[in-house]
Amino acid sequence: MPARRLARSGIRGLYWVSETPSVCTITTNFLRFRGVKFRGRFKQAMTQALSIQTQPLVSAATVEQISNSRNEPAWLRKARAEAWAVYEQTPMPTLNDELWRRTDISTLKLDRLSSAFDAPSATPTQSVDELPEGLKRMLDVGEAEAAGYLAQVDGGAMFNWLNDDLRAQGVIFTDLETAAREHAPLLRDYFMTSAVPPTYGKFEALHGALWTGGVFLYVPQGVKVALPFRAGIWQQTARAGLFPHTLIIADAGSEFTYIEAYGSETQPEPAMSDHAVELFLKEGANLTFVTLQNWGRHTYSLGAQRAMLDRDATLQWVIGTLGSKVTKTHHEIFMLGPGSTGNIHGFYFADANQHLDHHTQQDHFAGHSTTDLLFKGVLKDKARTIYQGLIHVHKNAQRSDAYQANRNLNLSARARADSIPGLEIEANDVRCTHGATVGQVDDEQMFYLRSRGLSEAHAQRLIVEGFFEPLMDRIPLESARVKLREAIQEKLGAF
Amino acid sequence: MTSQLEIKNLHVSVEGREILKGLSLTVNQGEVHAIMGPNGSGKSTLAYTLSGHPKYLVTDGEVLLNGENILELSPDERARKGLFLAFQYPVAVPGVSMANFLRLAYRSVHGNPSKPESRREEVLSIPKFRKMMREKMAMLKVDESFATRYLNEGFSGGEKKRAEILQMAVLEPEIAILDETDSGLDIDALRVVSEGVNLLRGPKLGLLVITHYQRILNYIKPQFVHVLVDGVILQSGGPELALELEEKGYESLVKGDSHV
Repeated sequence: MPARRLARSGIRGLYWVSETPSVCTITTNFLRFRGVKFRGRFKQAMTQALSIQTQPLVSAATVEQISNSRNEPAWLRKARAEAWAVYEQTPMPTLNDELWRRTDISTLKLDRLSSAFDAPSATPTQSVDELPEGLKRMLDVGEAEAAGYLAQVDGGAMFNWLNDDLRAQGVIFTDLETAAREHAPLLRDYFMTSAVPPTYGKFEALHGALWTGGVFLYVPQGVKVALPFRAGIWQQTARAGLFPHTLIIADAGSEFTYIEAYGSETQPEPAMSDHAVELFLKEGANLTFVTLQNWGRHTYSLGAQRAMLDRDATLQWVIGTLGSKVTKTHHEIFMLGPGSTGNIHGFYFADANQHLDHHTQQDHFAGHSTTDLLFKGVLKDKARTIYQGLIHVHKNAQRSDAYQANRNLNLSARARADSIPGLEIEANDVRCTHGATVGQVDDEQMFYLRSRGLSEAHAQRLIVEGFFEPLMDRIPLESARVKLREAIQEKLGAF
Repeated sequence: MTSQLEIKNLHVSVEGREILKGLSLTVNQGEVHAIMGPNGSGKSTLAYTLSGHPKYLVTDGEVLLNGENILELSPDERARKGLFLAFQYPVAVPGVSMANFLRLAYRSVHGNPSKPESRREEVLSIPKFRKMMREKMAMLKVDESFATRYLNEGFSGGEKKRAEILQMAVLEPEIAILDETDSGLDIDALRVVSEGVNLLRGPKLGLLVITHYQRILNYIKPQFVHVLVDGVILQSGGPELALELEEKGYESLVKGDSHV
């Protein structure tokens, strides 16, 4: 390829070549690609076009670079370095690890990921108009009212808005980098200390070392907020490795709703999101937390989410997974105080070659606590889903009440759903129930609907929508429900 | 043109066993026919076969709807041609509201561009459809909550049958089969459901009422009564035949039948 032509052609148009970056040679003077040497600005253009980074994302140098570029305080710098050390000491999960038995992560090439957090796309803006279209749609900016918005692109906080009255009442809704500067004492107590510490696992340690952006929401004691807080996490730069983090502290007696969505357009090259969610519900707090994942089909979505509930706290937790190439996420609820209640509703819809693996854990440490979990999944094409759940009632958690159910509707003979419910009970006065089903569309339901004139596709669509409908009722915002229904319909295919 | 359902020498097998053994019957739009028969005579097989249930294998014969053989058609294609089956056991579809389902069904049956009836095109819009549905619900004295409830889920026996009649009212079929609509209904519920059916009677609807017992025919009065025994129509007559059967039982007819 003549150098002249290359210099004129857009970066975007060259992406196809970057699937084989190994054929490039880079020296201080030139870059060699397919036998052609590029120098000077041509080398620069080619480096950019091939998305070649001289420094890999996953490296100690990047950890330091993040700390330096953000001028981080010593404690945070130390925390990153420690997390990196844990990452280096922790072996990569393999199919021999109990929680990774059904998800092969070896296809994820960490050394091919690029850092995107300092890309132009991650630069803050004051204007909603400058957000990527897909992100704007996802956030419903201007369509629905909200208590606050936070938008992130490629790990940078792009846009942030909080209702003035709430700010005056002491509500904090900002990105974590800002929070680390302005609310360090609060952050030091909660950030990756107890809910998702770096020792949680390999990818949590990596997250602790490389996180950027992030969401921090603090609602003070007794403050009740009717409108939802909304966050949108977007990936734009090719091959990005993102580390989104959500930290929410619901102080005693507070009551509010938070809805976050992850998304991107499907890209030709793999990307990764390795996220963490930490929720703290103080005494009597009432939080509705909705997390929806609709990454493009190029994304490996990894992450750990854990909620910590004190006495009489109530969590309504909705987890929705529609996107990604591979998903492997942990969702845990820790019942630390008596009288605490957790309702967890998850749904997933896997199509094409998607591989969605959810792991849940209901940990009852305190007695008189209640958890109720329902995960529902639909599969089509050659999709694969795994649901693995554990109810763990600890020794002193007498009179706990725990329920766990996983229901799957399989629309295809080539798709496969695994469901592995589990119980571990150390107390003797508890009530625990669990169950799992994998079923096909009921023939009699199909015949009934078709006898009313509905085509096979219509009838199937109606049954799937009906399967998810009770979960849709759990989503506290009409505009979000509408979007989810649209996303589900899109997966079912146009008719 | 008057619609017509013609069943000619219908033979049907289920899991290798022949249930219908050469059944013939013609129902014209505007007529009400009753098919009575004892358990196992093939009543439900007839209902399911006519609407195209895949479990029922037609081995011989024809079913013509307005002269067209519908046996090769899928259940939804038959419905779009104006056929309706009120199920003996309506199926629950959780999470699907009656209103949403009915609108989709209506759109499927009447939204066909090859059937450009302007009035029907009009009711395809959501507000207009809702208005039409509310009118039909009021006419049939069906509670408004039916619209938002999930299809047949948690419905009592009586509610399910009323929901079937509501669907029939909304979809406006030309030929409707009522498969043991009276089963599982107490006398009050039976009266309510029958009154609903009677409201829908008229020159545009051909009805085939399949029943074990005569009592539903006290409310839905047929012009023709047929007795189905062991897969064939053994006898046909007027309304008096139903009363005679009620009095003497199926045994009296079966005795003279060489099959038994």
